[in-house]
Amino acid sequence: MSHLLINYYEAASVILFGIGFMNLLLQNNLIKKFIGLNIMDTAVYLFLAAKGYITGRAAPILSNGIIDADYYINPVPAGLVLTGIVVSVSITAFSLALVQRLYKHYGTLNMDEIMRLSREREGE
Amino acid sequence: MEHVNWIHNIPFFSIFLAMFCGIITPLIKNGRTAHKVHALMVLIVAIMSVILLVNVTTTGESFTFMMGHFPAPWGNELRAGPLEAMMAVIFSVVMLLTTTGGQEFIFHDVVPEKQSFYFIMLNALFGSMLALAYTNDIFTAYVFIEILTIASCALIMAKGTAQSMVGTTHYLVISLLGSGTILLGISILYSITGHLLFPQMKEAIVELVATGQYTFPLLVVTGFVFIGLAIKSALFPFHSMLPGAYQAAVPTSSGVLSGLVLKSYIFLAIKLIYSVFSVDVMLQLKIIDILFVFGLAGMVMGSVYAMRETRMKRMLAYSSVAQIGYIYMGIGMATRIAMVAACFHILAHAVTKSMLFLCCGQMVEDSGGKEQIYYLRGAGRRNPLAGIGFTVGALSMVGVPLFVGFISKLYFATASVYAPGKMAAVLIVLGISMILNAMYFLPSVIAIWTPVKAEGEEQASVSVSPAFGVCIILFVLINIALGIYYRPFIEIIERGIILLQ
Repeated sequence: MSHLLINYYEAASVILFGIGFMNLLLQNNLIKKFIGLNIMDTAVYLFLAAKGYITGRAAPILSNGIIDADYYINPVPAGLVLTGIVVSVSITAFSLALVQRLYKHYGTLNMDEIMRLSREREGE
Repeated sequence: MEHVNWIHNIPFFSIFLAMFCGIITPLIKNGRTAHKVHALMVLIVAIMSVILLVNVTTTGESFTFMMGHFPAPWGNELRAGPLEAMMAVIFSVVMLLTTTGGQEFIFHDVVPEKQSFYFIMLNALFGSMLALAYTNDIFTAYVFIEILTIASCALIMAKGTAQSMVGTTHYLVISLLGSGTILLGISILYSITGHLLFPQMKEAIVELVATGQYTFPLLVVTGFVFIGLAIKSALFPFHSMLPGAYQAAVPTSSGVLSGLVLKSYIFLAIKLIYSVFSVDVMLQLKIIDILFVFGLAGMVMGSVYAMRETRMKRMLAYSSVAQIGYIYMGIGMATRIAMVAACFHILAHAVTKSMLFLCCGQMVEDSGGKEQIYYLRGAGRRNPLAGIGFTVGALSMVGVPLFVGFISKLYFATASVYAPGKMAAVLIVLGISMILNAMYFLPSVIAIWTPVKAEGEEQASVSVSPAFGVCIILFVLINIALGIYYRPFIEIIERGIILLQ
């Protein structure tokens, strides 16, 4: 329990990840489903950012001519977060385009409803 | 300092070429030209990969290729050995034959103005599969996993029908659950090892296990990464995305997705087991046993689902679930010979399932678009070439000698002898699964050769495009050749696995 309190950023990010994951899996509304995806990805970025931060150090931008690595925080997680954001933006764009086409075709955002309609039309 | 060998540039150049073709394809308006560019690119990559394979097997060594100017602990690396080179050869040869043989499906099913977009996705897909085979950096692997996901979803929905959109949504959601899990696993792994490159991570993990630190986080990480990869490669309980997607997609897409895309995730898993987590740690953490059990369950359940299916494409999709189960069973045995069998089965299934999807697509088209096995009666007589391709593929999947599927099953059975405590389970399930395979493949083979004489009219044989014919003949020949001359490939795989450790 005390571990959770010390690492509260990590604990929060894993809880958020769980919320996002279950939302993506179980949510019926497609828009909310992909919001779940974004919560899930953002939770991981929070985790990475929290892990990359070292208390009392500066952002990894060369300032005042100090080149000693001990003065700065780890820049790699920031790079990973940036890459991850690019990936999740493209996935979200793709998903939303897909949702739009589904909505145009079926007139609903409810996945169960869409599955039912699709099965009915297939049966015809 | 070793001299710079131009062959070492092949991995990078193959990936770059595929991605570059993906970038220039939007400039090409005509679908057929885009296809020619794609085929030429894959052909070049195939030739380069064969050169690389010959080179690494004769020297018997693997090498790492530094990307950019930053050396090992910081930079990004590619790694190539016999196993990676062989995967690249399989990917490129099967890709070339599938997209060339199935080009008419693409031009028939996809609206003309979007055909060139289809090839963008195909190029991106090919590039990311190569990257997954060659990469030595776990975050690069994650990025290419996501590119592969988007590209596969785009290939599924290329047909543009309502059914394909629903299939894509399902595939997308399950895939995203998998990649989210992998991303969290990778992040935690990075935070406990401090590295992203495979060799450095392996050192750190071995040290963590030896000193008994972070045992629980390590277990969680291994679980996240491998369950994520299992979700993405449609291992049994996570297979629900396959049937709908493959049924709705263009047959060429289904062939590529089932034959290659699923395999690239599995190959990444094998690479991670050897070069990051190491087999000992995997055995200690028991995650590999979970994969083993899921694999066994998939072998039986995939076949059971396939037996209940009346539509042929869905049947093939469920058969893929069973075959993925075989591969994970091999991984789960965790001995070297079992891993060789698993890698050989990747090859066998790639060669066979792509051909099956193409032939099935052709027969469905000949039968007026109806895909129930009932309506496919006599399809083999209408189109003998597709019929022969389907028959060879089915026999190979069942495990009849002379075909490639037999060899991998033989090796799985042999491997079980060396896996303590798993032999009985493997042999029993292998037997059951092969009988079930025969029970759903043979009736469909019989059905397609059954003459339909109800109408009284002569069934005219339909014309096939020459490309389809040539590719199916090549697929059949490769299938039989691999079924007879399998030794060299087994040796290459074995050499590759030894170098990977």
